[in-house]
Amino acid sequence: MNRELMRILLPVLSLAILLGAVFYLQPRAMSYFGLNLLFNLAIPVALATMAQMMILMVNDIDLSIGTFVSFCACVTATFVQETPLLGYAILLAAIAGYAAIGALIYVRGLPAIVVTLGMSFVWGGLAVMILPSPGGAPPPWLRTLMTLKPPLVPLAIIAPIVIALLAHLFVKRSSMGVLLQGVGGNERALERAGWSIVRLRATAYAVAGFFGVLSGMALVGLTTSADANIALRYTLLSIAGVILGGGEFTGGRISPIGAVIGALTLTLAASFLSFLRLSPDWQIGAQGAILILVLAARLLVSRREAAA
Amino acid sequence: MTKTSTLLAAVAGLTMAAVAPVSAETSDKRIALSNNYAGNSWRQAMLESWSKVGDAAVAEGAVAAADAFTTSENQATEQAAQIQNMILQGYDAIVINAASPTAINGAVREACDAGIVVVSFDGIVTEPCAWRIAIDFRQMGRDQITYLNERYPDGGNLLEIRGLAGVFVDDEISAGIHEAAADSKFEIVGSVHGDWAQDVAQRAVAGILPSLPEITAVVTQGGDGYGAAQAFAATDRSMPTIVMGNRQDELAWWAEQKAANGYQTTSLSIAPGVSTLAFWVAQQILDGQEVAKDLSVPMLRVQQDELDAALEATPEGSVANVEYSRDDAIAVIEASQ
Repeated sequence: MNRELMRILLPVLSLAILLGAVFYLQPRAMSYFGLNLLFNLAIPVALATMAQMMILMVNDIDLSIGTFVSFCACVTATFVQETPLLGYAILLAAIAGYAAIGALIYVRGLPAIVVTLGMSFVWGGLAVMILPSPGGAPPPWLRTLMTLKPPLVPLAIIAPIVIALLAHLFVKRSSMGVLLQGVGGNERALERAGWSIVRLRATAYAVAGFFGVLSGMALVGLTTSADANIALRYTLLSIAGVILGGGEFTGGRISPIGAVIGALTLTLAASFLSFLRLSPDWQIGAQGAILILVLAARLLVSRREAAA
Repeated sequence: MTKTSTLLAAVAGLTMAAVAPVSAETSDKRIALSNNYAGNSWRQAMLESWSKVGDAAVAEGAVAAADAFTTSENQATEQAAQIQNMILQGYDAIVINAASPTAINGAVREACDAGIVVVSFDGIVTEPCAWRIAIDFRQMGRDQITYLNERYPDGGNLLEIRGLAGVFVDDEISAGIHEAAADSKFEIVGSVHGDWAQDVAQRAVAGILPSLPEITAVVTQGGDGYGAAQAFAATDRSMPTIVMGNRQDELAWWAEQKAANGYQTTSLSIAPGVSTLAFWVAQQILDGQEVAKDLSVPMLRVQQDELDAALEATPEGSVANVEYSRDDAIAVIEASQ
């Protein structure tokens, strides 16, 4: 329990420190309206991070999340809006496709990093085919949902909390979640105990695909239209988000709540740097520096843990 | 506003009016530039023009701030976040060169809803609440044929150098050229893709030349005229009239030929200073002027007699540029009405 707590404490602290700095630089952000603007684009990032987390949980890595989210955004802005039935069918098929990729990777013993890199071109190509030039529109209900103004707490705060809690319940409290962590932890043991690893891995990928679809839909709801390249950044952002949130590349050690906080931290870091009026030439570097700083702090914590 | 400050503003307005037509209405307004990319000479010149004109406008009190922001990765989601940050920073107007015509519409809408004036240029946005300063690339194609018609009323053979295949700008310029050529005595006998780069253009032209008849003139898209000239120089053909695209190397070659044998041509392209036009348009809107939502940018043209001055003002490796003034912006606004 103590370890779990330590794991979650660091991301919470980094987010709090950054948030404090942003409020100091830009007091206007300290309002309902301000918080919404700061965090609403973090909702799709958080969902993409959840998708990546599912893959990292089973010791794989997904380099196609960014293009997959772009693809889902394009489908949402075109088919889902014009012919809903066909649109949702395509999205369901995409989730099934993700499950199939997960099964394929395991059955053929392929490196996930290569397969997903290849798939990223497939998703990207499909996205361009669906939407050759930027455009489209969100289905009205989606736009209404993403621009909802609930009383007291903005949607941009509620949504990440809901996402984190649901993912936490699934991963940490459901038997399926525990099994999936087990795949990352000790696949052999699970296999000997009689579980079908193919089915478990396919499930993990399907859940990842589901979160990817949600991310694409949320993104279109916010931007009001899609573009085949809209979410390319999400691939690396999602990996960084999971790691920043206390997850690890191996062993099924991940924290859904931490990962959502990691996604928020990354989004906030970019805003912080732009409020600082840092030259764009330095911004990527500075973003990297923040990342390294947090990870270094984590290493220190875990070393001390190991020594104790 | 208190009485004294109203009085002060009125006095300031009066004195300013006597010197220059600076309006006090926008002296407390802050304008931001949201730019998606800074990785080529055109964009660098664009940012330089912005800071030059913006700083001067701040110094003379036309606006309170003219800050430029560039996203680091040329991604729409990043620019959307940047625009939302600008809303938080309390800017009164945001001038945008957009990464995508549609993908930042949500953020643009947020800005409009917050009462912020949004002006997009070059990379324009489709959100109806924003103003658009678009570039009429088709006209750029037609203008070339118009010039050549004056030079060669009897027509002749044309070689067309196109840009990067599949890009909207290439299609538009080429469509303009073909449209105008169809109504003239010119015939386009060959067409190659130069990708807006001198080395590619040179190779492409050298490759097609042996199969072509006598060429009277070469129509181009900018960034390819010098390469075409090199390809012609390597053969024993006479040098055709090559329309240039305002690049420094093109102007330098033209000046050299002009000194040697009185070579004549024309040069046209979009000035990177279009950012300053967008700046003044935003200022005019903040000032309460009626401005049509769709404006178009005038082309920057370098004629035979302006060549030396243009070449002198263009740094090596850059593009001929012009900074627009408030009067230019007013003229563009009036022309659209």
